[in-house]
Amino acid sequence: MDWTTNSIGRAVPVSVDGRLLRPFAGAYADSAVADSATSRSAATACTPMRAAGGPSRPAPGRGRPDKLAKNWDDLLDRMDLRSGMTISFHHHLRDGDAVVNEVVSRLATRGLRDLTIAPTALFPVHDRLVPYIESGVVARVEGSMNGAVGAACSRGKMQGMSVLRSHGGRQRAIQDGDLHIDAAFIAAPCADPLGNANGVLGKSACGPLSYPVPDSLSADRVAVITDGLVPYPCAPRSIAGGDVDWVLEVESIGDASKIVSGTTRLTKSPTQLLIAELTARFIEATGIMREGFSFQAGAGGISLAATVFLAQRMRARGVRASFAHGGATGVLVGLLEEGLLGSIVDLQSFDLEAVRSCRDNPRHIESTPFDSYGPRAAGSAANMLDVAILGATEIDLDFNVNVNTHSDGLLLHGIGGHTDAAASAACSIITAPSFRKRIPIVRERVTTVSCPGEVVDVVVTERGIAINPKRADLAERARKAGLPLVGLGDLMRQVHAITGVPDEPRFGDRVVALVEWRDGSALDVVRELAPSR
Amino acid sequence: MTRRKSDCTVEYSPGSGALSVAVESSVKPLFGRAIEAAARAAAAEFGVAAGELNIDDDGALDFVVGARVEAALRATGCTRTAAQRHAAPIQEPGPGRRRRSRLYLPGDQPDLLPNAGLFGADCLILDLEDSVAPSRKVQARVLARRVLETRRDFFGTSEIVVRINPLAGPFGLDDLAELAGCLPDAVLLPKCESAADIEALASELDNIETAAGIEQGRTLIMAIVETARGVIAAPSIAAASSRISALCFGAEDFCRDIGARRTAAGSEALTARQNVVIAARSAGVQAHDSVFSDVDDAAGLAAYCAASRALGFDGVGLVHPRQIAAAHAAFDPSPSELDEARRIVTALDDALAQGQGVVSLDGRMVDAPVAARARRLVGLALDAPGAEKGT
Repeated sequence: MDWTTNSIGRAVPVSVDGRLLRPFAGAYADSAVADSATSRSAATACTPMRAAGGPSRPAPGRGRPDKLAKNWDDLLDRMDLRSGMTISFHHHLRDGDAVVNEVVSRLATRGLRDLTIAPTALFPVHDRLVPYIESGVVARVEGSMNGAVGAACSRGKMQGMSVLRSHGGRQRAIQDGDLHIDAAFIAAPCADPLGNANGVLGKSACGPLSYPVPDSLSADRVAVITDGLVPYPCAPRSIAGGDVDWVLEVESIGDASKIVSGTTRLTKSPTQLLIAELTARFIEATGIMREGFSFQAGAGGISLAATVFLAQRMRARGVRASFAHGGATGVLVGLLEEGLLGSIVDLQSFDLEAVRSCRDNPRHIESTPFDSYGPRAAGSAANMLDVAILGATEIDLDFNVNVNTHSDGLLLHGIGGHTDAAASAACSIITAPSFRKRIPIVRERVTTVSCPGEVVDVVVTERGIAINPKRADLAERARKAGLPLVGLGDLMRQVHAITGVPDEPRFGDRVVALVEWRDGSALDVVRELAPSR
Repeated sequence: MTRRKSDCTVEYSPGSGALSVAVESSVKPLFGRAIEAAARAAAAEFGVAAGELNIDDDGALDFVVGARVEAALRATGCTRTAAQRHAAPIQEPGPGRRRRSRLYLPGDQPDLLPNAGLFGADCLILDLEDSVAPSRKVQARVLARRVLETRRDFFGTSEIVVRINPLAGPFGLDDLAELAGCLPDAVLLPKCESAADIEALASELDNIETAAGIEQGRTLIMAIVETARGVIAAPSIAAASSRISALCFGAEDFCRDIGARRTAAGSEALTARQNVVIAARSAGVQAHDSVFSDVDDAAGLAAYCAASRALGFDGVGLVHPRQIAAAHAAFDPSPSELDEARRIVTALDDALAQGQGVVSLDGRMVDAPVAARARRLVGLALDAPGAEKGT
């Protein structure tokens, strides 16, 4: 056995059973690793080489770590960000978010370029990123694009190729290392100086702080930005301080009035109400609505109305649901408090009622992307669903669903949890009008496949219900219940008789975004619009 | 002007150059060519081959584009050169068909039209009167005519009714003239105050039907009484023409006319409503109650419909499709009512077969009047069109 002497003069073996040992070098000697490593994986691999520059992390040592940055410049100095890096954000300050625009504009001022932005979603407030896309500060987006940023991508303004992923797909990509995040900026309504953070307290309370959890676990650099700094310990905590490198206190992380802007008023659209009523009828008549069942329905007009109509049917039949999953609204909170719902498993709050409930009600449970949708999870909340009610911008004759692009080819929406819920729940229902304004929703071929027809069971429109031939069981039950069934081909012809047959959008050759299936495989591509437009 | 969903605005500038059509549209990549083609087709109907058409569109269907182009051309004095299209009514005529619900559609709002027939309303009212501003009367009239000419399929099995403006006013006769080639199933005449109002409309319809080669009396009249004079004249109004299918009550205008305040209990209009029912019944036509306009008050609507039915009305006016189910539920006989009615009919039929005119059922006397009411209930349940829909 070979021996060596460590820093306190004791002889220790060089190796044991073939495993190389590191001789003790002082109680805090390991701090050099934390200080210099550019990535966490490198830190665990024991490479005490100090990279030139590198982020300045508080060294593990005795006493309180110095994580509090003095101001934005101090934070960004300490983070040592460089051109070409990938920086991530979460979307639960929704349209009130001030952090994404602040960070990107400061990095632009510092001369950084060719950045990859990896948000969990973007909102209209982030339309202000477009000039940074045009100037090359932002080269691509990985995750989700909406509105003007998506349109800029469609028009070929991004230098790199973007990747569209679902919430579950994004979590998987981080877990598998497909999406390597150099720096995560986590806006937090409430946080302590160690970095523990939650979204339910503070003046900018937004509800769960679920979406940034994978980022906090895997990003090389993690900064919490808060306008609700509280003394340690911040409780409850969604983000663990141990995963956080720096904390920056700012005046405001966003506009509270837009952070929770969802409305729980029932839609007035007669067509949406008709679709919602038909959806609720389907769920009851096919026996999905039974004691202890579970459902997911979003906050859109049809989904919200379907939830209201489903609840009326549950009340009339004395049936209770075990849980609802996905986003939380005041409508769901009402059902929880009424006792019609056992729990809400929540990833995102849409209104103040949902924020309050998430904070105060132990049956209102904050989830994470892994727990809710993780493709690598050994079962997720979405797998526990009896039915998921989802939307679409287009549906084709093979039941493929497009949620990303409009029929004119513009990339305008993210995938969200759509494909994760569709692929995991026992029954997936797409609700959509058969046409919007003049645009047919039922198409021969969708413009972009966001979700393959293989996992789409039912399409509910105002002109009847179409059931995937793979689900003969559902079709049989629906037929017996006298529900109005229609084939997608017939439906498309009916719609064309109203709207006319649309021209095909014209695309260029360049691929501007890849649509990734939740397992990382390439599902489809989005092409640049023809330059003439 | 701001864009309206499923609508377009059109400006026409006459000129000497070949007709140019400029289209701005939210659906231009998909339907730009179709919009231009629809606009040129409408211009051709007016022999317009020169000038400029500027269209600002947010997803208007072809018939809407046609209507808006036509209105713009007419506003600059162009007149139709193509023959008027004729579209005959497609519904089976039926003064006695059920009218539990009459749903008002604002006449100048095209986005509501394509799905109007999906909700199962017994009557759909295309309104050219109160929901249309005076400056938009021509636009609404042309839109109504074009949808009746080309898209009657939008209305499903509902009875198609147009509420025209009062004939004595500045718009009513023009409304009727516009509809000459495409008569609806019925014309709803507001503010009726005398039999002469009905006779004037009936006489216009006689002329239109003769000119169009349609069977005389095919087009029905629904009459609204909504003033003190109207309520007093209700019996003669209801009996003024064989075209009358229903006498309707308008509470809002009535209360204003008599200086009453509307209350939830509705006692201010109770006598008037009873008079309308009595007048309708004495003339053998249906009685239709006023509109319930608070869309969000489901409990109020149910109570209102139940009270209407108890007074003897056959149906109510509605402003939103989501109100239809409640109205139909209230005016349809309930299963227990139907069951009792069937037992009454059977009991009296059995008695009659044995030469008895009266029979006792569950301790109550059943005679001809009781059985007649029971037969009416059973009959209603049998011939309710689309009774399954909207429920």
